[in-house]
Amino acid sequence: MPPPIEFELRRRTLLAGTAAVAAASVARLAHAQEQAGSAASAQQQSDIALTVNGTEHRITVDNRTTLLDVLREDLHLTGTKKGCDHGQCGACTCSVNGERINSCLSLAVLHDGDDVTTIEGRGAPGQLDPMQAAFVSHDAFQCGYCTPGQIQSAHAVIGEIRAGIPSHVTSDLTAVIELTEAEIRERMSGNICRCGAYSNILAAITEVAEDQA
Amino acid sequence: MKAFSFERASSAQAAAARAAEVQGAKFIAGGTNLVDLMKLGIEAPEHLIDVSGLGLDRIEETDEGGLRIGAMVSNTALSADVRIRRDYPVLTRAIAAGASGQLRNKATTGGNLLQRTRCPYFYDTAQACSKRVPGSGCSALTEGAFSRQLGVIGTSDACIATHPSDMAVAMRVLDATIETVTPTGMTRRIPLEEFHLLPGDTPEKETALMPGELITAVTLPAPVGGIQRYHKVRDRASYAFALVSVALIRQPDGSGRVALGGVAPRPWRLAAADAELPNGARAVMARLLDGARPTEETQFKITLAERTLAALLLEE
Repeated sequence: MPPPIEFELRRRTLLAGTAAVAAASVARLAHAQEQAGSAASAQQQSDIALTVNGTEHRITVDNRTTLLDVLREDLHLTGTKKGCDHGQCGACTCSVNGERINSCLSLAVLHDGDDVTTIEGRGAPGQLDPMQAAFVSHDAFQCGYCTPGQIQSAHAVIGEIRAGIPSHVTSDLTAVIELTEAEIRERMSGNICRCGAYSNILAAITEVAEDQA
Repeated sequence: MKAFSFERASSAQAAAARAAEVQGAKFIAGGTNLVDLMKLGIEAPEHLIDVSGLGLDRIEETDEGGLRIGAMVSNTALSADVRIRRDYPVLTRAIAAGASGQLRNKATTGGNLLQRTRCPYFYDTAQACSKRVPGSGCSALTEGAFSRQLGVIGTSDACIATHPSDMAVAMRVLDATIETVTPTGMTRRIPLEEFHLLPGDTPEKETALMPGELITAVTLPAPVGGIQRYHKVRDRASYAFALVSVALIRQPDGSGRVALGGVAPRPWRLAAADAELPNGARAVMARLLDGARPTEETQFKITLAERTLAALLLEE
C-alpha cells in the first residue's frame, strides 16, 4: 500500500529542506569569498537615511535587506515581528510616510529619506496609546506575536475609512464611508491571528473608533 | 537571496536604456511581488533599477475625455480616486477585491500588470515549471497534481497557469491601453488585450514588452457608463486569489461587456461573447469558454463562471 499523501508531502518537504540547508552553506561560502577583497560587494550595499519614531538613522545596508530586518537587526526595534516573511500574515506591518505596509516585502534601500513609525513609536509601558490600551482591556490577544502588526493596521484602518478609501465591502462608492464592523473586518484581513482573537480585536478597534468620532 | 547592485533611475527613458544595457537588470517599484519571488529564488536579478521616484504617480485627464494613470500610482490611490469611483467603478471594485490593505498601499499599477502567476508549481522550485525554468515541463499537468487554482482556457500543454490580477480584468473590460517607453526613447501604446501573451510552447514569455521596455502609464478611454460590477469568487471572504471573477458593464439596452479573471493566462474577454449578453449568461459563457480544457479539479470553474455572471445579471 502506498503511504498516505500527507506522509509523502512531509517527506518531500523534509528532503527539500535538507537540500536547501546544504545549498545555503555553499551560497554562504561563495558569498564570503566574493566579499573578500572584491569591489563588487561595495556595489551591493547602499547608504540610506531613515527616520524611525522621530529619530534619524544613517546606515549602510546590503541591498538585499528588507525594511523589517533593518528595524529588527540594525536598529534593534524588535517590536515589529517577522511572521511569514512573505507578506501573508501582517505581523511586520508598520507605517511608512503615514501608510501601513508589509515591511518584510520592502527593501530598505527603497526607503531612503522615509519616515517610519513602529509599535515602539506608538506608546510605552505606562503610557499606552489608546489602541494599545483598548487591546489590553478587550483581551485582544493571547500569545501577542501578531499584536504589534494588528495595532499598526488598526490605526491605519480608522485613518483609511476617514480618508474615504473604499474597501471590498463599501456599498456606495460615492458616499461617505461608514465605520462599520464589516468595514473593519474586511480591512483587517491582511493581519492573521493564529490564536483567533479576532472578535476581541474588532471590539478594541471599534471602541477606539467610537471614542475618536 | 542572490546579491544585486542597485541604482535609482533619473527618468523613465534612462531607466529603460539602463535596463536594456545592464546584464540581469530588473525594474523595481512597490516590490510586493518581486521581493517575495527573490526570497524564494524564483527571481534572481543581478541589478535593480528603482523606478518609484520618476513622477509617474499621477492620474491625469486625457484630451479624449479619459484618464491617464501613471504606472507608479498605488493600487490604493487608484481605487480611491474620485474620478475612478464615479466613472469607472468596476476598476475600484476589482482593486478593492484584491490583496490586503498593506499590499495595496505599496503595489503599483504597472507592477500589478506584471505580477507573476500564483501557480503552486511555479512557486515550488522543487517542481517542474517551464515558466520558471524554460523547457522543464509542468508539474501541474501530472497525475494527481493540485490544479484547483489554475486555468481552463487560453492554456497550453506547457502551462495552465492563470494571471492573478483583479485590476487587469477590470482594465480589460474598460478597453485600457498600456503606454511604455522603449530603451531608445520611443513611446509605444499596447492595447491590454495584446499585452499578456498566451503560453503556447513558451510560457516564460508573458508580455509583449521588449527587453528594457518600461510601462509608464495605463490609459482609459472616455467613460462608457452603464452598470459596472466586479464579482470575485474565492475560498475566503477576503485576501485570497480568485477562483473565478467576472467584470461586467451593462448598458440600459441590455448590451455590454464581460471579462473573466481566474480562468486564463490573461484577463479573458471576447467580442463575440460580449455580443451574446442580451441572450443571458449561458449564451455568453458558451462563446467565452468555447474550447476550454479544464482539469478534473478545475471543471467547476466552467459552471461557476456562468452562475456568477447569471447572478450579476439578476442583480439589476
